[in-house]
Amino acid sequence: MILGLHLAYWQTSVIRSLGVLVAVLLPAGTFVYIFLFKMVSFMQSRLGPMEAGPYGSMQLLAEVGKFIQKEDIVPDNADRRLFKLAPYLVVATVLLVYLVVPFGPKMRFVNFDGGIFYALAVSSISALGVLIAGWASANKYSLMGGLRAAGQLIAYELPMVLAVVGVVIQAGTMNLSGIVAAQANGKMFGFGGLGNPYFITQFVGMVIFLIAVQAELTQTPFDMPIAESELVTGYITEYSGMRFLLFFIAEFAAVGSFAAVAATLFMGGWAVPGIKFDSGVMNVLGPIVLMAKMTLIAGVIFFVRFTYPRFREDQLQKFAWTILIPVALANILVTTVLKVAF
Amino acid sequence: MSAFLREYLTVAIFTGVAFGLLAGVLSVGKLIRPVRPQAEKYFNYESGVDAVGTGWVQSPIRYYVFALLFVMFDVEAVFIFPWATQLEIYGWFGAVEMGIFIVLLALGLLYAWRKGVLRWT
Repeated sequence: MILGLHLAYWQTSVIRSLGVLVAVLLPAGTFVYIFLFKMVSFMQSRLGPMEAGPYGSMQLLAEVGKFIQKEDIVPDNADRRLFKLAPYLVVATVLLVYLVVPFGPKMRFVNFDGGIFYALAVSSISALGVLIAGWASANKYSLMGGLRAAGQLIAYELPMVLAVVGVVIQAGTMNLSGIVAAQANGKMFGFGGLGNPYFITQFVGMVIFLIAVQAELTQTPFDMPIAESELVTGYITEYSGMRFLLFFIAEFAAVGSFAAVAATLFMGGWAVPGIKFDSGVMNVLGPIVLMAKMTLIAGVIFFVRFTYPRFREDQLQKFAWTILIPVALANILVTTVLKVAF
Repeated sequence: MSAFLREYLTVAIFTGVAFGLLAGVLSVGKLIRPVRPQAEKYFNYESGVDAVGTGWVQSPIRYYVFALLFVMFDVEAVFIFPWATQLEIYGWFGAVEMGIFIVLLALGLLYAWRKGVLRWT
């Protein structure tokens, strides 16, 4: 029941879906403005956009307005249907990740028992969209970029999944709300004042997870799929206008979704130490707290992106298979022993 | 309908809404964007010159062995997750059991490493 109206299940679902879409696009737009337009500008001793709105804050709207007016171009040689499908896949899967992230004790969309499994599974579908985009463009640069993206996903999906295992061992559940609860009510070696945020007790896991996220998002130093000095712009070479904008939005929405998952797994999600974990206040305060934590993690992701040069393609694979995966496996073993011993 | 299936229904509805919204976003530009077809616009981009051959060229991709290794470890992850939620109940028995399992798989990775599969040449 909403506002005294009786609605069928699908009707409330549609309304809530639209709510989630707003909740996704808002942080994505904020990230573009704060990090892409302003932070990088200050890091490079320039002002960034200043004309559209106060301090250029309306720049993003101006950009969208520009892209809407662009001519719709599909290359003659391209596989038309796949070419048009790819942006849908990439954006929709990013949006689907948000469904499992809890924003408060009751502020959640679905409550899967295997929530983290769902998030990891859905988030990797977008690489399929990237592969489709690269293949359907019928362009050598695009194909190369798409294949690189697929290879990168294969290499970095594993450290990510294995890093999450440490959290699941500690929390004893795969449900994301359960993981938040385990962190809020946990104790660090007998001290329970701060709960047990896993960025302290699962520090190795968090570092591996964030590195893998960086690669999964194809942000520099892992941006070989769109490496502009080698591949023009990789899989989006042939895309223009609104379809290009969708890929762009997906990139930043994906940063938001992975930051939300990371904040839930490692930084206590929507909970704050000191305020009772499941009080009604948290339904209002929770989303704000989670957004703050998301922004913090996204800040780290973008800081790295704007600081480091690109890896070479072989270094990327080697780094994943010979460093990240062995360390992640060792992390699982150590966590297991510590969990059983204490 | 059980609550479990109902949540998957929610996911399905959300997917529908997301696709609908994307279709809306993509078609809204139809009202204002220009359509001036010229043959040159629909060529594939290849650094400004006419494209050589087709875009779907055959080239050696070196991800084949990586993909096999990936399958091995991804299946491992499927086994590890359910075990990880139940570790408290299994205690030392579970810890030793999974320790052996992980070490065995790590040996597989070590073998591939020693064979030089992970080198990029």
